[in-house]
Amino acid sequence: MDVVAAAAHETVTGVVGMVPADTLIDASPVDYLILAVYFAFVLGIGLLARRSVSDSIDFFLSGRSLPAWVTGLAFISANLGAVEIMGMSANGAQFGIATVHYFWVGAIPAMLFLGIVMMPFYYGSKVRSVPEFMLRRFDHRAHLVNSISFAVAQLLIAGVNLYLLGSIVHALLGWPLWVALIVAAAIVLSYITLGGLSAAIYNEVLQFFVIVASLLPLVIIGLNRVGGWGGLEAKITEAAAKAPASASVPPAEQQLNAWPGQALTGFDSGFWSVVGIVFGLGFVLSFGYWTTNFVEVQRAMASDSISAARKTPVIGAFPKMFVPFLTIVPGMIAAVLVPEIVALKNGGSPPGGASGQGVAYNDSLLYLMRDVLPNGLLGLALTGLLAAFMAGMAANISAFNTVFSYDLWERYIRKDRSDDYYLRIGRLATVGATVIAIFTAAIASSFTNIMNYLQTLFGFFNAPLFATFILGMFWKRMTPAAGWSGLVSGTLSAVVVAFLSQNSFGSASLGVIPLSGQGAAFVAASTAFVVDIAVSVAVTYRTESKPVEELVGLVYSETPIETRTDPHEAGYPWYRRTVPLAGVALVMVIILNILF
Amino acid sequence: MAEKHTAGAFDIRNIIGLLLTIYGVILTLMGIFADAEPQKTGGINANLYAGIALLVVGLGFIAWSRLRPVVVPEEVPEVGDDPTRPAPKKRPRAGH
Repeated sequence: MDVVAAAAHETVTGVVGMVPADTLIDASPVDYLILAVYFAFVLGIGLLARRSVSDSIDFFLSGRSLPAWVTGLAFISANLGAVEIMGMSANGAQFGIATVHYFWVGAIPAMLFLGIVMMPFYYGSKVRSVPEFMLRRFDHRAHLVNSISFAVAQLLIAGVNLYLLGSIVHALLGWPLWVALIVAAAIVLSYITLGGLSAAIYNEVLQFFVIVASLLPLVIIGLNRVGGWGGLEAKITEAAAKAPASASVPPAEQQLNAWPGQALTGFDSGFWSVVGIVFGLGFVLSFGYWTTNFVEVQRAMASDSISAARKTPVIGAFPKMFVPFLTIVPGMIAAVLVPEIVALKNGGSPPGGASGQGVAYNDSLLYLMRDVLPNGLLGLALTGLLAAFMAGMAANISAFNTVFSYDLWERYIRKDRSDDYYLRIGRLATVGATVIAIFTAAIASSFTNIMNYLQTLFGFFNAPLFATFILGMFWKRMTPAAGWSGLVSGTLSAVVVAFLSQNSFGSASLGVIPLSGQGAAFVAASTAFVVDIAVSVAVTYRTESKPVEELVGLVYSETPIETRTDPHEAGYPWYRRTVPLAGVALVMVIILNILF
Repeated sequence: MAEKHTAGAFDIRNIIGLLLTIYGVILTLMGIFADAEPQKTGGINANLYAGIALLVVGLGFIAWSRLRPVVVPEEVPEVGDDPTRPAPKKRPRAGH
């Protein structure tokens, strides 16, 4: 394509030992300076924290009595990674505004539910991880099943983060993807080894501001280029009308209206599309994701009172509501402004892309940055992306590390060794997980829209977990045998649906069920949820329950109300109480749904 | 130690403020001296405006932490190594 030729850049010089090919992004020394400043900050604070230079660092890291805006932002930032930025912009480019369902039907209600219903319970029962809950509520079988599935999920999701990180390395330096992946893995490993995780809360809040500071100009300049929101709508309408039928571009009204969201689900019927979004995405996937995601739940549990813990996700819901304008809108702009993405959406397969194997929707954001950001802002944007993917992958690796060393190795393989022994195992697990992630990144790279892959994975792992969790919490009869068998059958049923769909597993899917993309993922997740509940109920009636005394703090009806509520909260003004705040958030989200 | 012990330089707002101010300076300088690349931005000097905005926000954070300092309690429990976050070992606090 001539456009690609026009965009061919000078090569980045000074790279040791390798002659780079044409690079997708042409970074200048100033861009690298901005990147370097960020990592100097993050690693510097990590170092100061470990040296115990000042007790005020300890004060902030301990998370006790922190201002609510800090914990709220950290809560959002822990999630503002690969899924959010690349996945949502890819989705925005491919399907348009319907992607907002991930936020306004998915995340926000789930976060409010977490704050109001689940958090008091987590805080009161002092459960520190999902496997721990499984062990105490059910038995070691449910614990083992859940630990293994959690560990596998972390490795696969680490692969997604690594793939995106590698694609940026490729875009910057032009190296082949497999080299870029190994380099990116080495970067993450050194980030962890140098103490990149030591000053967690500082990193997360900094990351949030850098990402906002880079995406906001991208949106404003992008909108300026296409002639404002009206211009964007007109261009999307025009592009949808001109696209050849073979490209199966969703009609403009589906791309520009949130409901009924057929563009997103791929369903023909508007009614079933709404059902798929509300039940599959909203209820099963999002509630499952947010309420069982302890990487984020732990942010809130660090606060000093139940009231503060409950408010953390509720406060986080406010900035979260507006994140789609920073992630989905750039994708939509890219789909009409960036020649490569326009060609892709018209059914073409332009060469290039961040993977080097052809342009994909995942590349929308990178191409848009190339086309609209001057050097300087470009560096800020790259810094935000690199920081988010690196932190995301490091979080996956450390979550894997914990479950592998303490839940699997210590409990089932080598008991009663010294702390140093398990630390060594943990270090080996870190290196092992990074190496495995290189291979799972190769799987991720075969999906043109990373969101399809991620939602399929969440359907396997989160949907059955949520079903078992919620049933086990509210139904005291549910037996230990039902715990593990529900999880296993739920996951297996989702895998079967994915195999039978058209493309959830790429070419390995059989295409028996006429569903594709994220609609298939919603159906797989819903199936997993229903099968899990059905199997759990059936097994419960044939096996023996745990004695009620063992369920105190684990089942809602057996947990005394005093451990679930904060006696002081009633005395606060309304804007400091959980439920009124959540009400405001809910009303705002309903207004947003009506506007779009 | 003073009566009221404030979080000082390591107040998270100062860290945010410092980083954003540095970025603001870099981008403002880029906006003034470097090529504004109007063909990319559609005619806006994006670096300049973004730089000024970052300066305002960054200095705002620093001013906020000056005006309303966070008071650190007299006894801050030392934060130990978090086993869920692999990192080099933390040194115990000296002089306490």
